[in-house]
Amino acid sequence: MADLRTNFAGIRSPNPFWLASAPPTDKAYNVTRAFEAGWGGVVWKTLGEDGPPIVNVSGPRYGAIHGPDRRVIGFNNIELITDRPLDVNLREIKQVKRDWPDRAVVVSLMVPCEEEAWKRILKPVEETGCDGIELNFGCPHGMSERGMGSAVGQVPEYIEMVVRWCKANTRMPVIVKLTPNITDIRYPARAARAGGADAVSLINTITSIMQVDLERMTPAPHVDGKGTHGGFCGPAVKPIALNMVAQIARDPETRGFPISGIGGITTWRDAAEFIALGSGSVQVCTAAMTYGFRIVTEMISGLSDWMDAAGHAKLADFEGRATRNFTEWEHLNLNYVAKAVIDQDLCIKCGRCFSACEDTSHQAIAASVNGVRKFVVKDEECVGCNLCVLVCPVENCITLEHRTQGIDPRTGLPYAQPPLDWTRHPNNPTAKRAAE
Amino acid sequence: MLMQQDGTRSADRPNRFAKGLAADRLTSAEYAENFADLHPPLTTHEAFVEAERCYFCHEPPCQKACPTGIDIAMFIRQIAAGNALGGAETIFSANVLGGMCARVCPTETLCEEACVRETAEGKPVKIGLLQRYATDTMMGTGKQPFKRAPVTGRRIAVVGAGPAGLACAHKLAELGHEVTLFEARDRLGGLNEYGIAAYKTVEGFAQKEVAFVLSIGGIEVRTGRRLGDNLDIAELRRDYDAVFLGIGLAGVNKLRLAGENSLQGVRDAVDFIAELRQAGDLSSLPVGRKVVVIGGGMTAIDAAVQSKRLGADEVTIVYRRGEAEMKASDYERELARNDGVLIRHFAVPKSLEGEAGNVTGLVCDRVIPKNGALLPAGESFRIEADMVLSAIGQILIADRLGNTESIEIAGGRIVVDAERRTSVPGIWAGGDCVVDGEDLTVVAVEDGKQAALSIDRSLGRSEERW
Ligand SMILES: Cc1cc2nc3c(=O)[nH]c(=O)nc-3n(C[C@H](O)[C@H](O)[C@H](O)COP(=O)(O)OP(=O)(O)OC[C@H]3O[C@@H](n4cnc5c(N)ncnc54)[C@H](O)[C@@H]3O)c2cc1C
Ligand SMILES: Cc1cc2nc3c(=O)[nH]c(=O)nc-3n(C[C@H](O)[C@H](O)[C@H](O)COP(=O)(O)O)c2cc1C
Ligand code: SF4
Repeated sequence: MADLRTNFAGIRSPNPFWLASAPPTDKAYNVTRAFEAGWGGVVWKTLGEDGPPIVNVSGPRYGAIHGPDRRVIGFNNIELITDRPLDVNLREIKQVKRDWPDRAVVVSLMVPCEEEAWKRILKPVEETGCDGIELNFGCPHGMSERGMGSAVGQVPEYIEMVVRWCKANTRMPVIVKLTPNITDIRYPARAARAGGADAVSLINTITSIMQVDLERMTPAPHVDGKGTHGGFCGPAVKPIALNMVAQIARDPETRGFPISGIGGITTWRDAAEFIALGSGSVQVCTAAMTYGFRIVTEMISGLSDWMDAAGHAKLADFEGRATRNFTEWEHLNLNYVAKAVIDQDLCIKCGRCFSACEDTSHQAIAASVNGVRKFVVKDEECVGCNLCVLVCPVENCITLEHRTQGIDPRTGLPYAQPPLDWTRHPNNPTAKRAAE
Repeated sequence: MLMQQDGTRSADRPNRFAKGLAADRLTSAEYAENFADLHPPLTTHEAFVEAERCYFCHEPPCQKACPTGIDIAMFIRQIAAGNALGGAETIFSANVLGGMCARVCPTETLCEEACVRETAEGKPVKIGLLQRYATDTMMGTGKQPFKRAPVTGRRIAVVGAGPAGLACAHKLAELGHEVTLFEARDRLGGLNEYGIAAYKTVEGFAQKEVAFVLSIGGIEVRTGRRLGDNLDIAELRRDYDAVFLGIGLAGVNKLRLAGENSLQGVRDAVDFIAELRQAGDLSSLPVGRKVVVIGGGMTAIDAAVQSKRLGADEVTIVYRRGEAEMKASDYERELARNDGVLIRHFAVPKSLEGEAGNVTGLVCDRVIPKNGALLPAGESFRIEADMVLSAIGQILIADRLGNTESIEIAGGRIVVDAERRTSVPGIWAGGDCVVDGEDLTVVAVEDGKQAALSIDRSLGRSEERW
C-alpha cells in the first residue's frame, strides 16, 4: 500500500483528502463523523468576527445542474459563512483537534479588512491548537458585498496586506484561499506569496446563475420570487480549477509554493490529477455533500492502488510531475500529425462520428463503403481534431494514431519531420529565425 | 436452444430420440451451447454503463439484503471510478467466495430485489454481474488481496470444504491461525464443485476459486477424511483448539416407493448432478428420453433443466404443492419453463412402474390443498418415464457426529447460536448442516466467516481488527 501521508506547508495528515470549508465542516458532529470515515483533514467552515450571528436565507440556498440519471454535475450555493456563535465553534475545534491529533484541522477565517479585526480573531483561534488558518478571500456572494471574501481576493494588494497582518500576528501556517472570479489567477497567488503566506488553496466557487424559472421569470432557485447569483462548484468546475492550479504551479514567481487543490474532486482520479499538476493536498466539498463521507474510502483505495500500480511509493513521487508538460500553445509541435482510426470490430455503426465530422468539422469520415453502412476515416481530410473520438459512445473504438511513416495525403508532406513550433514557424511573421 | 425437433440434425445423432437411458443424444455444438455460461460476463464498457446506474444509496438496501453484507455501493463506485481491483477487495473482504456468489446467488431474491431501481423501474442494477466483473478482474491477476496476520500458534480443524468450510478456513488463516481442512471427497468446494448447475459455473471456476482461497497460506488440506469413518470428532476436539463443522447435508430423502432401489433409471437428483459436474465429456452421460423430476426446490429445477439440456425430449417436474410453495425462485422456474420443462402441481408420487428392470413410468395421486393439508382427490394419473430423478430434500447424517458427543440436533440439523456455536463447547458449525440454514452458498459463507470470528474471539484475540 502506497504511503499517502501528507505534509502540506508543515500541516500533517494521514492522507491528502481534506474536506473543504463548507457545510460538511460546520460543526464537531460532522467533522467527527468525517474523521471516523477516514478523511485526512478538514478546513473548518469559515468563521467571522464575534458579534450578532450571521443570518442565512431560510428558503433554498442550493441549486444544481444534473447530468443523465440525475447525477449532480454542478452545484451552487448562496450560503454565508458559519451562522453559529464564534465561541461555540472555537470550543468544538479545540475538542476535535484534541480527539484527533493525527488529522489536519485548519480554520477558515473571514473578517473585515482591518488589522485590528484580524488580530482579534487570530489569538483565540490559535488557542484551539488547530494546525493552521485559511483566509477565505473567495466567497463570491453575500460577504463580498460587505467588503470581504472575493472583494478582497480580487485585489492582489489587499491580499498581500492582509497576509502580512496575519503573519505578523500568528505563528500558524497561513493558507490563502483564492477566488477564481478574476482574469489571471497568478496575480493573487503572487501577492499571497509576497505577503509571506505559506500556501494557497483554490478554487473557491465561481459566480453563477444556475437556471431561470420561466414561469416566474426569476433566477432559480428563488427566495420569495427573487434569485441572486451564487457560487458554482462540483464536477463541472474541475477543468477550470485544474488550469488555475497548473498556472500557479508553473509560474516562475510562485514555483514551489504549496497548493491545496479544490474544485469538483469526486473520485481518486480527480485527486491524482490535481496532485500531478502540483497540489500537495486536495479539498472536497460537493462530492461529500452529494454522496456523504463514505466516498473517501473509494478515494483512498483508488489512489493507493493506482500509486502501487504506477510505482509511486509516496505522493511526492508524482506531485507536480505533469506540470513540466504544461506549456503555451506556441510551444506545441506543429509537425506532429495524428489521425483518427475507427476499430471496425468495436464499431456499433451509430454514425455519430459521421454526423459530427460531416456537419461541423472536416468531412473526413465516410458513411458507407461500396454501398454498405460502414464508417471509415479519410486520411486525406482528417486533421486529427479528436471530435469523433469524443462523441463516439464506445470506449476506445475511435482513437487518434500518431503517424510517423509515409506521406500525409492531406498536406502532401512526409509525416516524419523535425519538431517545429509556432515561434519558428515560417507562417509566423514574428518567428525567431535561426539566422537572425 | 435445443434442436431436437430438427430432423436433419437428428439424423447424424442416432441416439437423439432413443428410448430408455442413452448417452450421446446431441451434437457437440449443442452440448457446448446448452452448457455455456448462463449469464455471460460484462465487458468493460457494459460494466461502466451499469456501474453508473448505481445511486450510491444511504445505508443501501442491497447491502442489508446480502447475507454476507458486502458493501455493494462501494464496490460499484470503485468500478465506476476505474478501480475494479479495489472493488474486488471490497467484495472479498466480506465474502471470500464473492466470485462464486456472483454466479450462483439468486440475486433476484437478495440484493437485486432490494435495489431501489427495482422499486423505481423494475430494473435493478445488475449487482451480480458487476460483482463478477470485479472479482474476475482480481482473480485474473492470480493474486489475492489478503495477508495473514502474525501466526498465533492456534490450531483449528475445519471439517468439510464446501463454502462454509472454505470461508471459515480462509478467515481463520487470515487471522493468523493454523487450519487443517478435512474433506471426505477428492476435490474441495462442496456443492460448488458437485452440485451447482454446470452452466452457472463454467470453465472449472470452482477449482480456480478453491486455489484462490487457499493461496492465503496456513491451510493444510487433507482429503479422503470422512468424519464418522476415518475421522473422529472426539479426537479433533482433543487435538485442536477449536473445531468447525461445515459438512453440509450428505444424505438424501427417499421416495419410499417400491422399485426405488432396484429399477434402472431411478436415481437421486443430487447424484445425477454430481456425475454431470464431474463428467469430462457430456456426451458420455446417459439421460432418459422422458424424464420426471420429483420435487419443488432448486435441485429439482437444476436436475430438470440439465436433463433437458443433455438431450431429454420431455421433462416433467412433479410437485405436491402449488406454484407459490415452490422453493425455486420465479426466475429459476421461468428458466425451466423457457427450456420446455413442464411443471405439474398437486401431484404425489404413488408408485413406480417398470419393465425388464427398467423404469417405464410414474403414477401419481392428485391432491387438493385444503387449510394447508393435502387431501386425496380420489384420482391418479400416469406419466411415462424412462428416468425418474428424486429431488425431495437433503438430510444431515447425524450419526457421523459420533455417539460420544451430544451435539444438539433439531429437525435433523445442528443447532447453533448467533455466533454459530453448537451446544458442545469448542465446536462451531455452519452452512447447510445447521438449523435455519437457508441452503444458499452465500449463507454458508457468512456462517463460516462468523464462526471464524467467533472462534478467534474465543481464543482471546482482540476484536479490534473487526
Ligand atoms: C443441486 C443443487 C443446486 C444448488 N444451486 C444453488 C444455487 O444456484 N445458488 C445457491 O446459492 N445455492 C445453491 N445450492 C445450495 C448450496 O450449494 C449450498 O447451500 C452450499 O453449498 C452449502 O455449503 P456447505 O459448505 O454448508 O455444504 P456443502 O457445499 O454441501 O459442503 C459440505 C462439504 O463437506 C463434505 N462432507 C460431508 N460430510 C462429511 C464428513 N462426514 N466428513 C468430512 N467431510 C464431509 C462434503 O464432501 C462437502 O465437500 C444448491 C444445492 C444443490 C444441491
Ligand atoms: C454550500 C457551500 C458553502 C460553502 N461555504 C464556504 C465557506 O464558508 N468558506 C469557504 O472558504 N468556502 C466555502 N465554499 C466553497 C468550498 O469550500 C469549495 O471551495 C468549493 O465548493 C469547490 O469545491 P467542490 O467542487 O469540491 O465543491 C462553500 C461551498 C458550498 C457548496
Ligand atoms: S437537506 Fe436537510 S435541511 Fe436541507 S431541506 Fe432537506 S431536510 Fe431540510
